[in-house]
Amino acid sequence: MSVAFEVNGRTVSVQANETTPLLDVLRNELGLKGARYGCGLEQCGSCMVLLDGEPVFACSREVSTVTGRCITTVEALADHPLVQAFLDEQAGQCGYCLSGIVISAKALLDRNPMPERADIIAALEPHLCRCGTHHRIIRAIRRAAGSIREGAPA
Amino acid sequence: MSAVTLPLSVVNNPRPDRWIRFEQGRTVRLSVGKVEIGQGVLTALAQIAAEELDVGLDRIRMVSGDTGAAPDEGSTSSSLSIEVSGASVRLIAAEVRNRVLTRLAQRLNCAPEDIAVVDGAFFRGEVPTGHDYWNFAGEVDLAREADGTAPRKPVEQYRVVGTPIARLDLPAKLTGAAFIHDMVRPDMLHARLLRQPSRGARLAAFDEAAVRRAAGGELRILRRGNFVALASPNETTAQRAAVAAPLHATWDNVRRLEPVQQEAAWLLGQPSDDRRHGDPPADVAGEVFEARYSRGYVAHAAIGPSCALAEYRDGHLTIWTHSQAVYPLRNSLANVLGRTPETITVRHVQGPGCYGHNGADDVALDAALIALEMPDRCIRVQWRREEEFAFEPVGTAQVVHIRAVLDAKGRLRDWTAEIWAATHVQRPAMGGNMLAHEALPQPAPEPRVTEPAEAAGGGGTRNAVPLYDVGTRRILHHLVLRAPVRTSALRGLGAPANVFAIECAMDELAERVGEDPVAYRLSILSNPRARRVIERAAAMAGWQRRGQAGSGQGLGIGFAQYKNRSAYAAVVAEVEVEREVRLNRVWCAADAGLVINPDGARNQLEGGILQSASFTLKEQVRFDEQGISSTDWSLYPILRFSEVPEITCELIEANDQPSLGMGECTIGPTAAAIGNAVAHALGTRIRDLPLTRERIAAALLT
Repeated sequence: MSVAFEVNGRTVSVQANETTPLLDVLRNELGLKGARYGCGLEQCGSCMVLLDGEPVFACSREVSTVTGRCITTVEALADHPLVQAFLDEQAGQCGYCLSGIVISAKALLDRNPMPERADIIAALEPHLCRCGTHHRIIRAIRRAAGSIREGAPA
Repeated sequence: MSAVTLPLSVVNNPRPDRWIRFEQGRTVRLSVGKVEIGQGVLTALAQIAAEELDVGLDRIRMVSGDTGAAPDEGSTSSSLSIEVSGASVRLIAAEVRNRVLTRLAQRLNCAPEDIAVVDGAFFRGEVPTGHDYWNFAGEVDLAREADGTAPRKPVEQYRVVGTPIARLDLPAKLTGAAFIHDMVRPDMLHARLLRQPSRGARLAAFDEAAVRRAAGGELRILRRGNFVALASPNETTAQRAAVAAPLHATWDNVRRLEPVQQEAAWLLGQPSDDRRHGDPPADVAGEVFEARYSRGYVAHAAIGPSCALAEYRDGHLTIWTHSQAVYPLRNSLANVLGRTPETITVRHVQGPGCYGHNGADDVALDAALIALEMPDRCIRVQWRREEEFAFEPVGTAQVVHIRAVLDAKGRLRDWTAEIWAATHVQRPAMGGNMLAHEALPQPAPEPRVTEPAEAAGGGGTRNAVPLYDVGTRRILHHLVLRAPVRTSALRGLGAPANVFAIECAMDELAERVGEDPVAYRLSILSNPRARRVIERAAAMAGWQRRGQAGSGQGLGIGFAQYKNRSAYAAVVAEVEVEREVRLNRVWCAADAGLVINPDGARNQLEGGILQSASFTLKEQVRFDEQGISSTDWSLYPILRFSEVPEITCELIEANDQPSLGMGECTIGPTAAAIGNAVAHALGTRIRDLPLTRERIAAALLT
């Protein structure tokens, strides 16, 4: 079947089996590699994307369910203050989990521009990091919130 | 000329032109055998080269882990990248600079010291000579072997080394394609495996038609003995086939495990290769302290599954891999495939943090086997999550029995650490221990069980000798010959279990003689750098506030010098224990000698603390009859964001000392600090890791 939806502000139409995971479509049909396969079980968060602004696991989401809706991947956030804040804090080691985390952080800051540490932790609960950069990631998100409050375009 | 001890990588690769080339666009190509596995090592090595050559860091272009283009530096492991590769890059860069400047000085009829290098351009006084590395390096022979005699830049003149340069690789990882999983090649086929459930298992029946129906698209099925691959131009199709395949396969002769084998105590009494290191057994008089500590099997559990690409074209096999060891992998592939190494190129591409020998090498063999049967296509293999957990080699369980003899003042006269563990390092070297090899028509023989030499830091014995003044000392090592599952290198090898045992024993000894744990340690520790990190960590944590045991609040300390020769680290943990352990704060002081990149170093300390907290509090590989049963993140939980403590790390300045590897230095001390803090909180000690809710409950009942 043909599935049409919006990705990072662009309307796309792909030929896919309706039960094909959104992640496979993003990565293999649309060349968007920022969302990553980690478990396929909604347990690690590496595949997180925004669906109409809400973070969802792309690994298990059937592509037919996003027809006519808006997907945002980390590729659209290259100029977002979050990415700069992660670089400023050097919040990463291997980096595999980071793109999914940036997506959840973006959703958090969109609804809560002044998150407390507990809010950040709650937003990141779907995510795993194996390298132990958690506290740097939390710091980076607080830093991004600060720079957005100071006027950086989010 | 005095003999210079060259770093191993220079001994093996003495030609400077194999490391450094001056290329177009005023860039410097620095080729290294070590690879980036998330520790920022390529950034640090670039800093060292930029410093020694006096060129801008932005001119350095890194090539790493490529059998066609980079020197053979073995494996990226054991916290040796800065100690060995860093020392090598420094030596080679100094050699290159010296040769070029010496020749230029001859040309200009001046002394080499009269020439200054500014971002790669050569000046005499303030005056440009018109020469630079790019137009003048061709005048000298960079193929002539380095002998290590070129003068190196004094540390006081460093301006790039010692600064917190941002990682070169992070931007791409934050915004899109950056990993081997993201590579796209022409004519790519996505492949998955039907895994042989265990060595020796035979595929008795396989309903290919049913698998094709489940796949729902174009599917090629490759069978060689008990090796079964499923390949499709469409990744979703291949994945569906792989999920369905085990349901349509019948295996004979499958090994059965028992849950009891997942416990470290199972190792006791198994057939073993027994060795003694250190002093002969002694009949020392005094009060005897004995205690037995253990940890279970621990998974690498990389956040992304193992992946490799392979292409076979015109008789040449090219492999893209996130293995830690590209040259050894090439040798292994050559051996298994019956080819010469020259017909194989192995290239490193970055992957998820592996923390040791996981499935990265195995999946490269998977891809190679398929590529040889399907030439002129690129074969991309990505393991499934359950495959990663069930089939990667895991870190072995370990039991450590401490026996100490005390004098009348409670000081140590004799020390024995008796260790039971399977092998800690079974990396594929010449074909051994590669998973798919076991499934081929001529399967690999059982790998011969070996361990790293004591001179290389040992495996199960790593850090088993305390740095404390313990009198006569020995290690009794029982290398268990047949583990229930494949075991291999995991961050720190035997050090985490040994440091946990030693440092818990130190607290138990202090308690026995009625002394404060920090004071007791310092009373038997003469090494000044060791003393300094312990004193500093205790001060940072406000150790003097430590209260009575059994209050539910605990403060504990752990210390080690990794391998007794790399970085020193002392860690203090603050916990609260009710039904489970809540790790609230961690302080760490470390001494790693000259630090190349302080922020990168701190990131390693912090990451090691959090990963060790995860190992210590939560992680154990579980078995059932079929094999490893902890095959997803709910069955193998790791530390979550809600469980992360506050962390404060300090690097002790020691720029006049050689750089010490520090990627693994906090793993053991953190485990011990948490273990001691929990014992302090409970007023009773748990000697077996992980410190799960069940073990806390059991301890509270006693």
